[in-house]
Amino acid sequence: MRSMVEGAYAIAPLTGERPGRKMKTWDAIVIGGGHNGLVNACYLQRAGLDVLVVEKNAWIGGAATSRELTPGYLYSNCSYVCSLFRPEIMRDLELPRFGLQVISYEGGAVFTRDGDYLANYRDHDAHRREFARFSARDAEAYDRYARDVTRQCRFIQPLLMRTAPDPTSFRPRDIGELMYLGRKFAGLGAEDMAQTLRFWTMSISDFLDEYFETDVIKANFALSGIIGTALGPMSPGTAYVLLHHYMGEVDGSVGAWGYARGGMGAVTRALSDSFRACGGVIRTDAEVDHVLVQGGKAKGVVLSGGEEIYGKLVVSNADVKRTFLKLVEAKELPEIFLRRVKNFKIRGSSGKVNIALDSMPEFPALPKDSPCYRGDLHFTDSMERMERGYDDWKAGRWSADPTLDMMIPTALDPTMTSPGTHFMSCFVQYAPPRIEGRDWTDADRDGFAETVISQIADYSPGFRDRIVHMEVRTPREIEAEVGLTEGNIFQGELTFDQLLFNRPVPGYAQYRSPVGGLYMCGSSTHPGGGVMGAPGRNAASEILRDLKQGAKHMSPAHDVI
Amino acid sequence: MTSYDCIVIGGGHNGLVAGTVLAKSGRKVLVLEAAGEIGGAARTEEFFPGFRVSSVAHVLNRLHPEVVKALDLERHGLALEGAGMSSVVLSPSGNPLVLRGAYGESLVGASASEAVAWRALRAQLFRYAGILKPFLARRPPDLAGMSLSETSALAMAGLSLKRLGKEDMRDFLRMLLMNVADVVDEQLEDDRLKGLLAFDAVLGAHLGPRSPTSLLGLYYRLAGEVAGVDGAQMLPKGGMGAIVAAIASSAAKAGVSVRSQAAVNKILVEKGRAIGVVLENAEEIRARTIVSAINPSTTFDLVGARELDTGFVRKVRNIRMLGDAAKLHLALDRPPQFLGVSGEDHRGRLVFAPSADHVERAFNPCKYGEFSPEPVMEITLPSLADPSLAPDGACVLSAVVQYAPYTLKEGWESGKPKFFKAIMAALEAVAPGIGATVRHAELLTPPDIEQRFRMPGGHWHHGELQADQMLVSRPVSDAAGYDTPLENLFLAGAGSHPGGGVSGVPGLNAARRIIAIKG
Repeated sequence: MRSMVEGAYAIAPLTGERPGRKMKTWDAIVIGGGHNGLVNACYLQRAGLDVLVVEKNAWIGGAATSRELTPGYLYSNCSYVCSLFRPEIMRDLELPRFGLQVISYEGGAVFTRDGDYLANYRDHDAHRREFARFSARDAEAYDRYARDVTRQCRFIQPLLMRTAPDPTSFRPRDIGELMYLGRKFAGLGAEDMAQTLRFWTMSISDFLDEYFETDVIKANFALSGIIGTALGPMSPGTAYVLLHHYMGEVDGSVGAWGYARGGMGAVTRALSDSFRACGGVIRTDAEVDHVLVQGGKAKGVVLSGGEEIYGKLVVSNADVKRTFLKLVEAKELPEIFLRRVKNFKIRGSSGKVNIALDSMPEFPALPKDSPCYRGDLHFTDSMERMERGYDDWKAGRWSADPTLDMMIPTALDPTMTSPGTHFMSCFVQYAPPRIEGRDWTDADRDGFAETVISQIADYSPGFRDRIVHMEVRTPREIEAEVGLTEGNIFQGELTFDQLLFNRPVPGYAQYRSPVGGLYMCGSSTHPGGGVMGAPGRNAASEILRDLKQGAKHMSPAHDVI
Repeated sequence: MTSYDCIVIGGGHNGLVAGTVLAKSGRKVLVLEAAGEIGGAARTEEFFPGFRVSSVAHVLNRLHPEVVKALDLERHGLALEGAGMSSVVLSPSGNPLVLRGAYGESLVGASASEAVAWRALRAQLFRYAGILKPFLARRPPDLAGMSLSETSALAMAGLSLKRLGKEDMRDFLRMLLMNVADVVDEQLEDDRLKGLLAFDAVLGAHLGPRSPTSLLGLYYRLAGEVAGVDGAQMLPKGGMGAIVAAIASSAAKAGVSVRSQAAVNKILVEKGRAIGVVLENAEEIRARTIVSAINPSTTFDLVGARELDTGFVRKVRNIRMLGDAAKLHLALDRPPQFLGVSGEDHRGRLVFAPSADHVERAFNPCKYGEFSPEPVMEITLPSLADPSLAPDGACVLSAVVQYAPYTLKEGWESGKPKFFKAIMAALEAVAPGIGATVRHAELLTPPDIEQRFRMPGGHWHHGELQADQMLVSRPVSDAAGYDTPLENLFLAGAGSHPGGGVSGVPGLNAARRIIAIKG
């Protein structure tokens, strides 16, 4: 069985420049083989450019990767859910042809401290009936809630695949784009305009209070408002973060979440296969030490071994802090730009615990064959518990009672482990980038893992005995391995001061940088994080515009129905 | 039965301003006040024999110049001396920081480099607050269809933005909805200064300095002016009641009739049109225009849900207005001595907010219905400058204390003595010995304020002043421009744009709106 797993998912040999040959000049060099770097590289390669992706790790995928850290268990090491990935990109790059399959969640549940649970079902009416078990009023409000959130999605979703305008510019393109936004906004009508303004600035807690009265139902929804952010559910702005997690779709079903068959690495593997099928080249174990800059223009990259690789342009998939504070010398950058990059907020707020299990864990609260096992499971049944977890983060501690987004992908996808065994993914909120002002230690990491395990064990007898292997990732591990500064999974917080034309920094929200020929394509740029691919795509669109090359192979955003 | 052109419900300062402006336009105006005296939350009251204090609002920092002008308040006894009052950040180690002049024109007790950083940040904050300031004295833009003057006002704002220059405009747009803690962390070093700015930004709001959008509170503060000086503040001689007395004098001159002890029980509506009010004693008074300067949710309760659309009722019900600020009044045997604070500086605004983190920590418990064990507060000693407020040699202390949630889990009956103890412990740390000089203490929790001043939730802004309850959403989107879904019924209180504080602007804007549409 194991060999089948390997056979099905072994990564094709990665080719690269053979040493000794005279160095060529690539049309484009992409720093970092995360999903956005690969999306960007695919689009550029398909436009006829000769593109090289350099990746520091031995494996590709960045935070969207699947690796086998213990025999027989394939992990989704960082990101674990596939729904935000833009379907337009999936189609453009023919990812299904290269093996990508996304399977919808069937449900999910929140376990309550009194031994009950609140189930989530894909089917709206079933979901509504479940709410009625707690409150008839909340069941009624759910229709209103679903309608209002969808309305907000409809407004925001087309903006994901557009370059944000610069409001300080008088260029026709920026003015045109501003007018597009204005028209789109005005098209909502007075009442919805006012509601949209409110929605964008509200806390998820206040927003949910306007619909629901049951604490566990609110906690169930609120989680999407805080995942990956250094904010609590009571912080203004978290309603938007909820939207950010709702904008996804699986097979045209908006808001649905799904698994990538074979773990999240399947996304980047399909991307790299698509890239290579068009002639693109990926070099792994190739860490960039710095970007070569001559006369204010990027000329290539220098690897940490000293090797120079030349390119007509360079695209960085690394976050904006890493790119401009580590890979580019300060003297090449305007002082005001540097100041803004330094002020960019990229505080990590989450960790990940991946667990290999020798058997399916039991949760006595949940019926044995409930479809809820094939979705995300939570233990945080009140807003107060969630917010208190955030208070710990503010004080520089990991949450004593963390909010988990736990799932067992192998309940849906048996290809990741051998039969009967399971992989469990636990996203853990909150974990600060530093512990009370000092770096994380191994003891801290172990304490963090213990906090998580004990929460699960409280609801699942015998859980500890099933554990075969565990991968614990605090912000320290995430930064060291994937290169996400401070372990921030979105490459920068999703607060208003860092969205749209302010992302990553004002004046440079259009994927270009102060260095000629150096572009950004990571989640630090608009529209932000999540395995969405939009930043990589949008950056490619801007690059091709600069090269005066057509972008017919890029689909525009489709409408939300 | 006398009939009036216009009935104003609520004799707080906004109701009186609206009534006066309407009377000056030739209308016959009646102001109805439920309490025994006018002034609402801007009253001066005796809380212990011989000791008088501004009961809720105690620092004047935003009385709008157009209100002063429209009501000719200076001729009616308004005195704006002492507008250069300092702010002092108290320190338990006896090392306070003093901001002199209008919101810290100069710093005393800070390092030279901090003074330079502060000058730059102060100028920047005033510049950005200045962009927003013109919106305060205007009706919020009408999203459904903007009038020429609204469009041109927006264009003017756009122009003044452009005039900032590209980089400044970029910073403005980035900072607009930021949290105050990040802004001060980016630019300052001194914890005391950061603590003050954090405190001022969240004063009266259910926000901590780390809550996104909290910088707006500071802009709101800095957009205020006194005697033509931006960011200035003062303690009115005679307490806040003196300001209301000047407004009332102007109202009387304009011919406004004021009735106290006249609580409104119902707003009469006929075919979607407000036609009058019924008082508690069943007396019915009719008028062509009804202006409500009381809390918006109370207003629509008086109308009754039957007369309103379900969605509208739901929106009104969803207005967040649970107060977090308590008010403390102490009658002291003698003036207290705050550690390291000079005699003269005791006349300033004394702020206990040692750092932004401290303010944030103080905010945490109130999210869960607990009071802050380490509260932060703004203290004034009004009797130092105005000895008429206290007996000879004695002293009045007036403090706004955060955070005190409206809904205390354990209940305020048992919680209040504990909260008082926590406040006194904090005071004792910065003014040793003060506890022994307390002759009488009065602590008003939000429920006390609610009951005494008829402000639901005890919220002095009549609704949280947060981004989602501002401008076109204040108090709710269908009633944001002072008119309501009911014909002839208008709002004029702090629950409407731009919000609370003794500014008189909601009253002025509402009156102007009525005159604009009704002539």
